Amino acid sequence: MRYSILSVLGQALKGQKDWKPVWRDAEPKPAYDVIIVGGGGHGLATAYYLAKEHDIRNVAVVEKGWIGGGNVGRNTTIIRSNYLLPGNIPFYEKSMKLWEGLEQDINYNAMISQRGILNLYHSDGQRDAYVRRGNAMRLHGVDAELLDREGVRKMYPFLNFDNARFPIHGGLLHRRGGTVRHDAVAWGYARAADQRGVDIIQNCEVTGIRVENGRVLGVETERGFIGANKVGLAAAGNSSRVAAMAGLKLPIESQVLQAFVSEGLKPLIPGVITFGAGHFYISQSDKGGLVFGGDLDGYNSYAQRGNLPVVEDVCEGGMALMPAIGRLRVLRGWGGIMDMSMDGSPIIDKTPVDGLYLNCGWCYGGFKATPASGFCFAHTIARDEPHELNAAYRLDRFRTGRLIDEKGVGAQPNLH
Amino acid sequence: MRIVCPFCGARDAQEFSYLGDASLQQRPDTPAGAPLDDAAHAAWHDYVYLRENPPGEHTEFWYHASGCRQWLKVTRHMRTHAISNVEAARPSSLRGAA
Ligand SMILES: Cc1cc2nc3c(=O)[nH]c(=O)nc-3n(C[C@H](O)[C@H](O)[C@H](O)COP(=O)(O)OP(=O)(O)OC[C@H]3O[C@@H](n4cnc5c(N)ncnc54)[C@H](O)[C@@H]3O)c2cc1C
Ligand SMILES: [Zn+2]
Repeated sequence: MRYSILSVLGQALKGQKDWKPVWRDAEPKPAYDVIIVGGGGHGLATAYYLAKEHDIRNVAVVEKGWIGGGNVGRNTTIIRSNYLLPGNIPFYEKSMKLWEGLEQDINYNAMISQRGILNLYHSDGQRDAYVRRGNAMRLHGVDAELLDREGVRKMYPFLNFDNARFPIHGGLLHRRGGTVRHDAVAWGYARAADQRGVDIIQNCEVTGIRVENGRVLGVETERGFIGANKVGLAAAGNSSRVAAMAGLKLPIESQVLQAFVSEGLKPLIPGVITFGAGHFYISQSDKGGLVFGGDLDGYNSYAQRGNLPVVEDVCEGGMALMPAIGRLRVLRGWGGIMDMSMDGSPIIDKTPVDGLYLNCGWCYGGFKATPASGFCFAHTIARDEPHELNAAYRLDRFRTGRLIDEKGVGAQPNLH
Repeated sequence: MRIVCPFCGARDAQEFSYLGDASLQQRPDTPAGAPLDDAAHAAWHDYVYLRENPPGEHTEFWYHASGCRQWLKVTRHMRTHAISNVEAARPSSLRGAA
């Protein structure tokens, strides 16, 4: 069914009783042209673009739980294109452009809201770094505006401008950044891929990857072997695990990142704000809850839950930035497992195994990348070579020294 | 999380800094100053960039920064965070404590 104002009105008259499930609960076929391991945002987007851009429709997305149960449903929904380095800017800008047209493209309301993201600075050095970043963005055709203190005060008068240690001096404003309803991204891509013939197979863990003479033959799953000409791995926090099934060891550590949501409030924060003096960022969901987070817990984990010191640290950051939220109650907190790469940038590439492709290393920032990641991974799989937009995201860049380290902290993932 | 430091006893994990994968204790032994051949290059790549990242037990380095300032090797489960073993990273550093 195509969604439109008429379909909504029609259903309203029928008491909303006639809506159909938006994707089939597919049983695995014996074999596919392409199998994508992982039904997160990236896996589903990849399947969609394989069908749409490359007319490869004999595709299955194999997911161990239910789609949207991984990081795509756990993130803080921020999208932005405010990167500094050459390999990153064109890729994330492509993603932003795809976001801007996504709802029409997949006929699904993902509540894409370009409400603007403001990165605050608190010192002259930080201002200079943001001037540089803003200029790099503008040279690539991305929007960026430097605000002074009064400019920030006009937007957000309730911030703590005169914090004794970290007074707010201004901010870098990226107006096209914003938020997207994350679940809708998983569901929208799933529906659009399903409509083009892709099988979405849930509750089917991949337990092995069959490789013979250096070539992939398919995947072993809880429901038996499924053959495939090509297999794409998009397992986010579980990337090391699934890659190990094909004998690959990755430049990845899995670490936990937490996020929190408060009880609902009337509209308070129209955009996204990041604190520059500690790690804290915040936005307000359309339901009214404040959605916020901060640092990684900082150690390896597959637990999908974090510990209290980070809760304290995040709340301290929030109090330093906007003391007005001090009486607010935290409703929920949760964690997701991040595939932290050694330079903080992702990998979308072929692997040494023929027919096996790898998409990982998204760290804590892969939600915004979902459309471009799917677009580029589909291209890499279909053409057996990277698209120019992911040409820098090679697996062998650690060997060749072509790292893309936005923060310049080296191979220490808990510092990225 | 609490880590039972062999020198200081049970302490809040906040007193420690995390380094990661403790299988990387030994650097590749390329002689100082010698040019890197392909094998040495590969060994250094693996040492600097690749990590054990199992969903089960993981041995990892923690540094007791706000305590005895010793490097520890901790065995911790990645799903439960339960710690099953803590020892000094360098056995020799135990001598002072004994
Ligand atoms: C708290 C938090 C906040 C975040 N905030 C942001 C943000 O504001 N902006 C942003 O851009 N990014 C953010 N991120 C990062 C972003 O969510 C991730 O980088 C991104 O979602 C990862 O890609 P994915 O959606 O494909 O991952 P996932 O949704 O995790 O998909 C991977 C899937 O693979 C499946 N899988 C794993 N192993 C197997 C197997 N053996 N067999 C079958 N299936 C398997 C998993 O079940 C999972 O569904 C945040 C993450 C977290 C946890
Ligand atoms: Zn100690």
